[in-house]
Amino acid sequence: MPAIEVNNTSRTYGKVQALNSISLSVEYGELFGLIGPDGAGKSTLFRILTTLLLADTGTASVAGHDVVQSYRQIRKEVGYMPGRFSLYQDLTVEENLRFFATIFNTTIEENYNLIKDIYEQIEPFKKRPAGKLSGGMKQKLALSCALIHKPKVLFLDEPTTGVDAVSRQEFWDMLKNLKEKGIAILVSTPYMDEASLCDRIALIQSGKILQTDTPEEIVKSYPSPLYAIRSNNNYELLKVLRDKNYTKSALPFGEYLHLATHTSMGVDEIISTLNTGNYPDLEIKPIKPDIEDLFLELSREV
Amino acid sequence: MNMIKVFWAFIQKEVYHILRDRRTLLILFGMPIAQVLIFGFAVTNEFKNANIDILDHAKDQTSQKLIRHVTSSGHFKINRMLLAEHEMESGFKSGKTDLIMVIPADFSKDLYTWDQAEIQLIADGSDPNMANALEQYAKAMINGFLFQEFKQSAKPYLIGIETRMLYNPLLESAYNFIPGTIALILLIISAMMTSLTIAREKEQGTMEILLVSPLPPLLIILGKVAPYAILSFIDAVLILIMGYFIFDVPVTGSVILLLLLCMVYVITALSLGTLISTTSETQQDAMMKSLIGLLMPSTLLSGFIFPLTSMPEILQYIGHIIPATYFIEILKGVMLRGVGIEYILFEVGMLLFMIVAFLTLTWKKFKIRLE
Repeated sequence: MPAIEVNNTSRTYGKVQALNSISLSVEYGELFGLIGPDGAGKSTLFRILTTLLLADTGTASVAGHDVVQSYRQIRKEVGYMPGRFSLYQDLTVEENLRFFATIFNTTIEENYNLIKDIYEQIEPFKKRPAGKLSGGMKQKLALSCALIHKPKVLFLDEPTTGVDAVSRQEFWDMLKNLKEKGIAILVSTPYMDEASLCDRIALIQSGKILQTDTPEEIVKSYPSPLYAIRSNNNYELLKVLRDKNYTKSALPFGEYLHLATHTSMGVDEIISTLNTGNYPDLEIKPIKPDIEDLFLELSREV
Repeated sequence: MNMIKVFWAFIQKEVYHILRDRRTLLILFGMPIAQVLIFGFAVTNEFKNANIDILDHAKDQTSQKLIRHVTSSGHFKINRMLLAEHEMESGFKSGKTDLIMVIPADFSKDLYTWDQAEIQLIADGSDPNMANALEQYAKAMINGFLFQEFKQSAKPYLIGIETRMLYNPLLESAYNFIPGTIALILLIISAMMTSLTIAREKEQGTMEILLVSPLPPLLIILGKVAPYAILSFIDAVLILIMGYFIFDVPVTGSVILLLLLCMVYVITALSLGTLISTTSETQQDAMMKSLIGLLMPSTLLSGFIFPLTSMPEILQYIGHIIPATYFIEILKGVMLRGVGIEYILFEVGMLLFMIVAFLTLTWKKFKIRLE
């Protein structure tokens, strides 16, 4: 039986359809990423799975227990880190950890091996109030608190939002270690670059799952030839490209434009259609799509 | 699971919250002291339909006339005609009587033969402002009676009126505001602070984590309110001690009974606080509900500042569903009149009933989920 199983789950808030017939399943020892922008319905799904919200329709089970009937059992067996920092800001690092250990009927010492790698990094600050920690430290403490009772399933709602790049990398390394211990981890993130760190991902937007697969397969499913284009006047070039009839989509990606075409074209072929005099530094190269390309492609179709 | 250990951890956490928040500390200990001192100023009273007991030793035409005159104004309503001196105090003790007028046997003879008679007025001094006002009105009515009877003659001071203030001979207003302040302070701390502290868990998102834990809802609530119960109780004792040493307010009745009843009231207020917290999502929300829904009516409609009897009927009804109304009666009874539990059974019963009602509602409304 999978650690998490969701079948056709929907949920509305008033008129807003937060989740629209979502299905997914996560195995033990799997790091599953829920990738999507703010407001896609990620937190709603987390709350349904952590028994905090009831779905309108559909069924879901966590660690083998139904989320509606056996909510008590689930609450004993899962670790949950909400999207916003939710520890006691006026309690110190150590007091927070000890409190959460006690309410889950365990002690820090009993499960120390599980949190050792993470907690060691914040231990020098254990006398500091949690509210005075940096963003990355807060997340490490929150993760320690969510792990202290040795959960079978771990729910991490946007754990890396507002965290610096170095701490993000460390955080994902920790998650990799945790899944090795057989814990099922469902993690959500708005950062597409973090998707490739998951075993499998589901792309979610407007309450719908666009696609579920391994990051590699997801990228492979990108349907069109893709080119990265750079010039000294990207703004005007973007408008020009969008008017070409070979263009399927043209989107800005940082300093490059990503151009998807209906049929495979040579770089020279594309250049020949442009007034190169306007773009002295024009650079065009075929590229491999990444998850963001696919995400934008999929959400364009919706 | 080891509930006692978990409960203890909860209390410990709550104590850290309280000790580390200066505002909470200020409300907990600064406010009672400030309020006791501020309410030291007397407040004027108005009344209507005060209950008057009459002990008429004369039982003749003149005394009947006087009684009719006194009750004709609408300010006084005859509660009971007494037959003997020993019946006087029970009316005060049960709180049904506001004033007693004693007419001596020789009233009419003294008045017409000697041009001089004496009437005794006895008021309940545990409510000094009220007692003063009652006395003034009664005096005015008796003088009016004289004026009517002896329109032609101009004999001054025909009836000497002797007034005695029972239970509070010097009419100290502290006798009134100490019980009132205890009732208000305990309400603020127990009800407002608990509703705030539970709302804070919701606001900070920690309630979300507590819910996704094996903690039973009852333990979450108990763990949150227990420290405040103890603190409120300490405050009650603090106010009693201040009343005793600064304002000379005695505790005439049983101290143990008094403390026990304080505890009952604290529990009433706590259950009310948890009920408020189940309906508020933010601290601001909880604060507004406590201030408008609790503190204001308790201050104005509990009989603490203005006597309930002079209010419009609708306000009197509201006054009677406020726990503070009953608790102030209990306090006055035990502290000032020195009565035992048998005189305040109704008030205690009402508080116990409210506890059950509030807790049942809280139980029904407590959300095991977020919505």
